Amino acid sequence: MSERKNYLNADYGVWSWLLTKDHKRIALLYLLSITVFFALGGLMAVGIRLELATPQGDLVQPDTYNRLFTMHGVMMIFFFLIPSIPAVLGNFLIPIMIGAKDLAFPRLNLASWYIFNIGGAFTLWAMLAGGVDTGWTFYTPFSTSFSNTHVIATGVGVFIAGFASILTGLNFLVTIHTMRAPGLTWFRLPLFVWAHYATSIIQILGTPVVAIAILLLAAERLFHIGIFDPAVGGDPVLFQHLFWFYSHPAVYIMILPSMGVISEIITAFSRKRIFGYKFIAFASVAIAVLGFLVWGHHMFLSSQSVYAGMIFSVLSMLVAVPSAVKVFNWTATLYEGSVSWETPMIYALGFIGLFTIGGLTGVMLSTLGIDIHVHDTYFVVAHFHYIMVGGAIMGYLGGLHFWWPKITGRMYPVFWSKISAIVIFIGFNLTFFPQFMLGYLGMPRRYHAYPDDFQVLNVMSSAGATILGVGYLIPLVYFIWSMRYGKKAGANPWGAFGLEWDVASPPLPHNFDQTPVVEREAYDYAAQHEERDVA
Amino acid sequence: MKFGFPLFPESASTLAPQVDAIYFFGLGVAAFFSTLIACLIFYLAIRYRRRSEDEVGKREKAAMWLEIAWSIIPLGILLFMFAWGAKVYFEARRPPGDAVEYFVTGKQWMWKFQHPEGQREINHLHVPVGQPIQLKMTSEDVIHSFFVPAFRIKMDVLPGRYTTVWFEATKTGTFRLFCAEYCGAEHSRMGGSITVMEPRDYEQWLARADSATGPLALAGAQLFEAKTCGTCHRPDSNLLAPILHGLFGEEVTLASGDKVLVDENYLRESILDPKATVVSGYEAKAVMPTFVGQLSEEELVELISYIKSLGDAASHGETPEESAG
Repeated sequence: MSERKNYLNADYGVWSWLLTKDHKRIALLYLLSITVFFALGGLMAVGIRLELATPQGDLVQPDTYNRLFTMHGVMMIFFFLIPSIPAVLGNFLIPIMIGAKDLAFPRLNLASWYIFNIGGAFTLWAMLAGGVDTGWTFYTPFSTSFSNTHVIATGVGVFIAGFASILTGLNFLVTIHTMRAPGLTWFRLPLFVWAHYATSIIQILGTPVVAIAILLLAAERLFHIGIFDPAVGGDPVLFQHLFWFYSHPAVYIMILPSMGVISEIITAFSRKRIFGYKFIAFASVAIAVLGFLVWGHHMFLSSQSVYAGMIFSVLSMLVAVPSAVKVFNWTATLYEGSVSWETPMIYALGFIGLFTIGGLTGVMLSTLGIDIHVHDTYFVVAHFHYIMVGGAIMGYLGGLHFWWPKITGRMYPVFWSKISAIVIFIGFNLTFFPQFMLGYLGMPRRYHAYPDDFQVLNVMSSAGATILGVGYLIPLVYFIWSMRYGKKAGANPWGAFGLEWDVASPPLPHNFDQTPVVEREAYDYAAQHEERDVA
Repeated sequence: MKFGFPLFPESASTLAPQVDAIYFFGLGVAAFFSTLIACLIFYLAIRYRRRSEDEVGKREKAAMWLEIAWSIIPLGILLFMFAWGAKVYFEARRPPGDAVEYFVTGKQWMWKFQHPEGQREINHLHVPVGQPIQLKMTSEDVIHSFFVPAFRIKMDVLPGRYTTVWFEATKTGTFRLFCAEYCGAEHSRMGGSITVMEPRDYEQWLARADSATGPLALAGAQLFEAKTCGTCHRPDSNLLAPILHGLFGEEVTLASGDKVLVDENYLRESILDPKATVVSGYEAKAVMPTFVGQLSEEELVELISYIKSLGDAASHGETPEESAG
């Protein structure tokens, strides 16, 4: 008898993909879309770092440079980082991890992918038609009354893509609440699921606010209704409040799923139950809740009152506690584990280190006395790249490497994957560590040209970016190669614990023949091992 | 300005050592915990490396004391950093009483300065060393941010209102000025410098520098006449409009019942949009036209300086208006 059909070869043809309701296929559609956006955002970064290799603004015009960093931010944040782990790995794994055959609303899931691409198309059109130069933050009144670039088209793109994010979050929440397999209680859930639960809350509650901010921005730009521009009776700081009310929690949309991935990888490659399961689970929820109360730390010098500044500062300090708790618990998980240095584990351990640096420099930025000097400098740029690239993207790549055999049924070349993980780690640090120093020296962000004495550090950063770029290209090549030529992986190549490792690789179209019954807590490697010995 | 390969910025204000001190503390905390985590990871991941294929980790024992310890200790450090940072920030945002007031107008893509004695400069500001100086700043167009790295000061500059930043330079020299808030095409060229001089040299510089208008309050007094503000805003004008003498720094009650402090922002709004905040009792008489488009930012500054210079109505004779006459 030939092998059973899996979700990849159950149907063929373009329509079997474009009209699919299978969460696994939709995850792959998302993977394709966000890879394109990541590549575009990456190309913009190449332009930025090339320009900054010399102090004079000599490679591109100032207008071009401003469009480059704006489009880099817009592409990377709204069209890559926010959907990355939830829409690809979350989509693929959450139903399997909880023993379900699909998400609660498969059609809505497919619709979200189309909505996402329509949003992306608007933004792409804006880019091709000449771009936008407001910075991804769209600060008023520059964006409403001064910029003569494609603010509306870009804003509409972000607005539309936001609905995809809301629908995904909604789908996850309902699925996690209602479709868990018998025996799968809340505290038996993999932490990846907890992380996505927390993320979904932010997506649903936060995204409408940025949508409102964009609508108000459009109302002022198109119809000159005075909302943000003082020249027509508005308040420019109001926009910053609305924008950051979403966009700060959005940072947690990017990092929480990544933390979920790390919890899975650390346990799988230590073969040990995670240290402090409940603390990590509740830390995710605490971060999601507190994350809504810290937006004003982007505005310490915006003319916001001194007392508001103090409140936002102390609340930002509080959000660091659950993050620290996670880092300590991951580290403690290694203790008395059985640690193997596979590629996903290298990414995960790299994540912990880089996230720690990103988090602690975030604490420095929340410290009012330090922020006076480093606000809006390269110190901030370095900090959030440690969180978003060192954290979120390392987690995303770690997750891809961890579940790739499950997704495709094939292994990638181990040697090259370890090389690329190390190249990415080195390239990343060389790119962004010098930017901390540049920031304290006083180099403001979004500068097309800069004083001569900042050049050495900028050249280091540009050199690092080149290495980082190579690091990202290697997996692109071997992942594609492995789909045809990779070794067959088998159901559980890592000897990992979890429902997703009990099903075939690639999984059946409906994941499970029979709904599984869960009898153990998550990551119970010791019990699993004893059982195997008995058998 | 130094060239070469500096790793740390020059320090030239009273605030700079305070910001540096807390920065170094933060850096120490960051370095300590990053190193701690990195060492622990390497140690544990090597010490407990997998030695046989079917090996699994030991079963974890709950350790509540550990969880509490690594929540409480970071929290303590964080709250300490908050308190220290808040103290520095509070001082940085509150100019001392004896600070001399200068005015700054940002516009795409230049900085315009007005000295108290009326001298104007573009992109380059001269100030005396050892004297607290506060800058009242506004923008003609978009948001800018006034950033002098050597002084460790930064403050956003907004259209439609005044924001304040202050410093006391501790050494002479020329220090970089940047715009730190993205403001459009030439954002990275919206720079300049602050030249700090010995008080004697500064006096000489002031004398040489051209002051077409004379001191700000005096220029404001002339403007007050030219725009016929005095027709209504006179002590003997039969209460057509609020008397301006002694008004600055006082609280007034609005028609809505709210109380507001008369500061630069209130005066500015009252000149540009008089009907927005009418003082209680003047609702029926509120006939003042808007001055939007009729006054430049510099002229607004002069008018406000004049109004600030007005003492009590009783000591009316002391005003620059009179002394100028």
